[in-house]
Amino acid sequence: MKVLVAVKRVVDYNVKVRAKADGSDVDLNNVKMAINPFCEIGVEEAVRLKEAGTASEVIAVSVGDKSCQEQIRTALALGADRGIQVETDGNVEPLVVAKLLKGVVDKEEPALVILGKQSIDGDNNQTGQMLAALAGMGQGTFASEVAIDGDKVKVTREVDGGLQTVSLNLPAVVTTDLRLNEPRYASLPNIMKAKKKPLDVYTPEDLGVTVTTHLTQLKVKPPAERQAGIKVESVDELVDKLKNEAKVIS
Amino acid sequence: MSTLVIAEHDNASLKGTTLNAVAAAQALGADIDILVAGGSCDGAAQAAAAVPGIGKVLVADNAAYEHQLAENISLLVAEVGAAYDNIVAPATANCKNFMPRVAALLDVAQISDITAVDSADTFERPIYAGNVIATVQSADAKKVITVRTTAFDAVASEGGSATVEACGAVHDAGISAFVGEEVAVSDRPELTSADVVISGGRGMQNGENFKLLEGIADKLGAAIGASRAAVDAGFVPNDMQVGQTGKIVAPDLYIAVGISGAIQHLAGMKDSKVIVAINKDEDAPIFQVADYGLVADLFDALPELESKI
Ligand SMILES: Cc1cc2nc3c(=O)[nH]c(=O)nc-3n(C[C@H](O)[C@H](O)[C@H](O)COP(=O)(O)OP(=O)(O)OC[C@H]3O[C@@H](n4cnc5c(N)ncnc54)[C@H](O)[C@@H]3O)c2cc1C
Repeated sequence: MKVLVAVKRVVDYNVKVRAKADGSDVDLNNVKMAINPFCEIGVEEAVRLKEAGTASEVIAVSVGDKSCQEQIRTALALGADRGIQVETDGNVEPLVVAKLLKGVVDKEEPALVILGKQSIDGDNNQTGQMLAALAGMGQGTFASEVAIDGDKVKVTREVDGGLQTVSLNLPAVVTTDLRLNEPRYASLPNIMKAKKKPLDVYTPEDLGVTVTTHLTQLKVKPPAERQAGIKVESVDELVDKLKNEAKVIS
Repeated sequence: MSTLVIAEHDNASLKGTTLNAVAAAQALGADIDILVAGGSCDGAAQAAAAVPGIGKVLVADNAAYEHQLAENISLLVAEVGAAYDNIVAPATANCKNFMPRVAALLDVAQISDITAVDSADTFERPIYAGNVIATVQSADAKKVITVRTTAFDAVASEGGSATVEACGAVHDAGISAFVGEEVAVSDRPELTSADVVISGGRGMQNGENFKLLEGIADKLGAAIGASRAAVDAGFVPNDMQVGQTGKIVAPDLYIAVGISGAIQHLAGMKDSKVIVAINKDEDAPIFQVADYGLVADLFDALPELESKI
């Protein structure tokens, strides 16, 4: 069984991103880029399926300009077998990413597609669900456990009240949550090997998709700043402040 | 203009988050109907009909919708929503699951997690873990929107008398099935709507020590939350995680105990009215957002706090 795993190039999760002073966009000058942490969990899950003998091939796909090949190589170093870049001018909207991935799904016909539940830049949490809808597949979003069971996959999902388990016909889409696994680190020999693994480049036209714009970012601003607080010296002082100054307890 | 609000409910009753979504829908300035899709969901439908200012409550009551399977619900919402200009739902785990499917079926963008309505087509939403607020404009004739519930004050739950009518075909995509669930039962208020939240982090050391928070939570009527580190370490279940990729809370009082204050945690709680941090490291970043910081060992501070409130 083939597994397709989508990876996105995003700002490293340790970077505190700021709005530019003129509000035109976020300031991404010289910031460190990385593979989206949820996508990394997706790659790990796919590679584990291969190691367990369940998956025969793991394909890593990314949508973006040439720079996202770096993240595809990271996925290859972690154990994916080959890569696909769908070349676009920078970031495109989740709906378009979903359509492009649908194009790749039609070409590759994977039994399972794994994506991160959200990317930590746009925080949209949409692409996996949209892809599933376009491909007519079932979806196991926010997954904390994935078990292939014949022609079905059982997915345990992190939901508001706790955990929910669903069973999906294959092919299906899974989106990862934090507890699904702990990704490995790529070893140096594997990083070297990854450079030689095949990486195909498609254009949206190759996949029959027109890149459209549905949402325009007009401006950005910093969030409301909190006023600096104080340090209290004791529990007594804390209780007094909460009762008499903030008036949030009685 | 007309807006369809998708109800979040447990079949028997309406969840409070629906009332926040209605508030956002009101800001859009259109007539509002509510869709209740579930199985044996009459209780939830009746509760929705009591919300003031609602035109009608559309009910799709069928086993196919009982467990909110996204594959089925999305087909229903796309069908019923075809007649509306806006489809709005709270950004709960459940609605986040099926709403993007709806948007894809309708070939429109989804506008996720809005925190403000600037006009009928322009919205604010946090990006980059809430470090930036983006203003976005939609070019789609039909808008599919999820709402950050903490950003909109809930509308009243009583006083209305909307008509209730059945709607929609039965959509069973037949590609997914509900297997089971493990739902935590608790007498405490829900994390996302509690007035007071007390959260523990890695500093709590183990799950047993969360008892130290429970005594305080009991006295304050608080919900209990946690950082990702506390959940990952298995101290507490996943549904307690507060943060960028967990639950977003904005209570009157948030008490962070043994939590360092990583960007991803702050993203989930920094809109709280009053923030208290208890941490033994005086340089912990959590103190930068805390109104009241107490530099102390939590194992000393918590029992004392419990005895003094
Ligand atoms: C993709 C991604 C998503 C994430 N999403 C989230 C999210 O949604 N929510 C979230 O919380 N995190 C999230 N994180 C993780 C986040 O980056 C931090 O790792 C996490 O919040 C740290 O948790 P913590 O503060 O409990 O642990 P630590 O950072 O280890 O802090 C523990 C704190 O406890 C204090 N302490 C220890 N012992 C005591 C004591 N006896 N008395 C008093 N204080 C004590 C220490 O001084 C320290 O400040 C995410 C990370 C990634 C990469």
